Amino acid sequence: MAKKTADKKADNSKQVGSHKSGVTQPQLGFIGMCRWAWRQLTTMRVALILLLVLALAAIPGSLLPQRIQDPGRVTTFLEANGAWGQFLDTIQMFDVYSSIWFSAIYLLLMISLIGCVIPRSAQHWKAMRSAPPKAPRRLGRMPGYESFTSATGSAESREVADQGFLDTAQARLKKLGYRTVRHDDHVAAERGYLRETGNLVFHIALLVATLTMAIGSLFGYQGQRILVEGETFTNSLVAYDSFEPGSYYDANNLPDFRLKLDSFESTFDDQAPGSQFGQPRTFDAKVTATADGKSEKHTLRVNEPVRVGGTGVYLTGNGYAPEVTVKDAKGQVVQSGPQVFIPDGGDPGYTSEGVIKVPDSAGTQMGFVGVFLPTATQNENGELVSSFAELRNPYLVMSGYTGDLGLDNGTPQSVYTIDAENMTEMTDATGNPLLIQLAEGETQKLPDGGSVTFDGVKRYIAVDISQDPTQGLMLVSAIAVLLGLGLSLFIPRRRMWVRIKDGQAEVAALARGEDQMVERAAKDLAKDLADEPDDDPDDDSEERI
Amino acid sequence: MDVNTDLAMWSNQLIISAMVVYAVAMIFYAFDLFGGRELKQTEAGATSAAKPSNVRRTNRKATTALLDPPQTDVSAEISAGSGKEKPRRGARIGTSLLVLAALLHVAAVLTRALSVMRVPWGNMMEYVLTATVITVIVFLIVNVKKDIRYLGTIVAGGVLLCLGLAITVFYTPAAKLIPALDSYWIAIHVPIAILSTSLLYISAILAVFQILKNTQETKNPKWLRFMRRMPASIDLERFSYTIAAVGFITWTFTLIAGAIWAEVAWSRYWGWDSKEIWTFVVWVIYAAYLHARATRGWGPTKVAVLNLIGIATVIFNFTVVNMYFNGLHSYSGLG
Repeated sequence: MAKKTADKKADNSKQVGSHKSGVTQPQLGFIGMCRWAWRQLTTMRVALILLLVLALAAIPGSLLPQRIQDPGRVTTFLEANGAWGQFLDTIQMFDVYSSIWFSAIYLLLMISLIGCVIPRSAQHWKAMRSAPPKAPRRLGRMPGYESFTSATGSAESREVADQGFLDTAQARLKKLGYRTVRHDDHVAAERGYLRETGNLVFHIALLVATLTMAIGSLFGYQGQRILVEGETFTNSLVAYDSFEPGSYYDANNLPDFRLKLDSFESTFDDQAPGSQFGQPRTFDAKVTATADGKSEKHTLRVNEPVRVGGTGVYLTGNGYAPEVTVKDAKGQVVQSGPQVFIPDGGDPGYTSEGVIKVPDSAGTQMGFVGVFLPTATQNENGELVSSFAELRNPYLVMSGYTGDLGLDNGTPQSVYTIDAENMTEMTDATGNPLLIQLAEGETQKLPDGGSVTFDGVKRYIAVDISQDPTQGLMLVSAIAVLLGLGLSLFIPRRRMWVRIKDGQAEVAALARGEDQMVERAAKDLAKDLADEPDDDPDDDSEERI
Repeated sequence: MDVNTDLAMWSNQLIISAMVVYAVAMIFYAFDLFGGRELKQTEAGATSAAKPSNVRRTNRKATTALLDPPQTDVSAEISAGSGKEKPRRGARIGTSLLVLAALLHVAAVLTRALSVMRVPWGNMMEYVLTATVITVIVFLIVNVKKDIRYLGTIVAGGVLLCLGLAITVFYTPAAKLIPALDSYWIAIHVPIAILSTSLLYISAILAVFQILKNTQETKNPKWLRFMRRMPASIDLERFSYTIAAVGFITWTFTLIAGAIWAEVAWSRYWGWDSKEIWTFVVWVIYAAYLHARATRGWGPTKVAVLNLIGIATVIFNFTVVNMYFNGLHSYSGLG
């Protein structure tokens, strides 16, 4: 092939007078181009560049918000950055890991890998089944080389002695794990086939792992749900707060199970000084899981998911749900029960925000927007803050609105916010905005005659529920990656030859790939085979000259 | 909350004491590195050839003391000095002090662990505290087999700098773990991550020395005169590679163990969290490094630069990603 190309080049060079320099390209033809591209792609040089580009391409995903992690932050970023944000979105900077360019890089890398692994596997298959090659004529050129005189035998039995020597050498090499083959005047030996096996296993396992990752996202699902103490989750589509199925996941076929949150307890550090004060120490959710008619009690913790019906239930968050009773002007209870308030992620004191929607009151609809403080304290500016995450002084601060909550116009809205556009804020007797401030058990009158009562507080947990049928395969390939890597980096691949002629013995070793012990191997074997065992190991080194 | 504050205080005291000893060790190592006596311009071979009677003894010395058997400058230099002057007194004192500092350091780690009755790597300060002691221990263990005391200055200096950061910028009072870290995986994933960091760090220092030695071998500028006593750059390169290869395996393990832990804690083994991204970037860079050695057109110096880029990403992953990036690995313990 190389020759052919050269001929073509020669032909072209004759025409150079009439054409400009690029003329060789069209002559390559489509297949030629493909072959050229393939050969380029499978070179180590290009693979190396692809690796470096892959590392570089992965970085933007850590600098910019990503949709797979936090779509909300992406929206905020887009709002704040106008045209620049739009541009970044166009080039898929918020979906880096599913972007065309990132996929292109790793696909090229995978193709390059396949192009490398297949021929090497074939080669290795052959090598594994063939005998170690014969000794080259001049062993002295090998990186490990020793020569010495074998003292056994007289001149008459030289032949016999030499063969005996080779017998010993062969036995010795076999014992050291070499594959050996005997020739007239020498033994050829090779070891470390596992090095290349490991290398291939490592690369194939990497391919499998990458494919598994892609497939796993197609056949699994992930959902989220908030559960207040006492609530039961029944695994069905409607029971999820959010649900993200893979493209091929049959969401109508969810495994059948129920999960009840019996209670949730948390403890926070009130002893440690400095930044450690108020840090969480335990989150324990007592749950009852029911599947196949059997109920089991579990403690769900951050690092202890509950696995039921082929799915995993993971504790990902928790918070407080104040129980509030709202009565209308007639004294009728129009709203009661726990309301989930979302803690501010950055505040160790669990200051939480939430709303109460009252669509069914006698007169107009009501809405309350508020802050819940587990341990209300006044800071130096006189503001109410929560100084600790446990319930030491629970306090509810809210403003009230009347009017249209906008629940009936069909547009979906968050259960955690109120659109106050068509509502008016409640005011107190002096005409100022009404401030509802309640400690546990307290009631406050509303201007229209109704009332709000802060009855108590319940805990809630946020759980991720997910299924990934490919996890087992992923684990297997990960273990194969590790094993293959270990073998490929630390099994020395080495050839050795022991030759004897008229009592003059030679031992040579050749490393194939990284092998720091190659000289040592020749030296040790020579020492072993020398008739008079030498106590001083350093004597051998003199013979090297 | 069951924290023994007395022990925690002892731990802090021990860190300071260890730092003092590290500082002195570093100075002695520096004397050894930079203050070595100048040799006359005799070739290595010439020295050994001139004293054939001495060869055997020097070789024995060389094989125990060097990266690779004879024929490097160093063997000649040591042979030239052996028997007459006390060889490398600075390095000897440096190593003795380093052992002492390491003992104090180990005591600091143990008291810290005992004060909270858990593994001593629950936040950035503790991570640094443990990673530095592991680095010193790895360094001392390697020295039993191969003399790499010439790295002592940088090892002791680096540890000193890191401990300084640990008790200031990264300082975190002794406390129990947060629930997210409270798992047996912390005893598997984190120590191997620490070991990887130490190995890759030592490999990187060797890479720096390799580049310097290579410059000295080719251009021989005056300011690099102290590098004459180093092993040949090719040996430094090989050793740097070996350690990085071990580091790459342990890093791969860190990544896999981390993924398994992520599944247990966050319901998925991989989610492109910022820490996951950078762990991946580090892995890919070192994979590239291992391949670069076998690639035509990549000379040893270029490969060594890749090693240094690798350690830069490791350090970035630990510092900037932990402290400034949003992510699930926000365990720095810094308020």
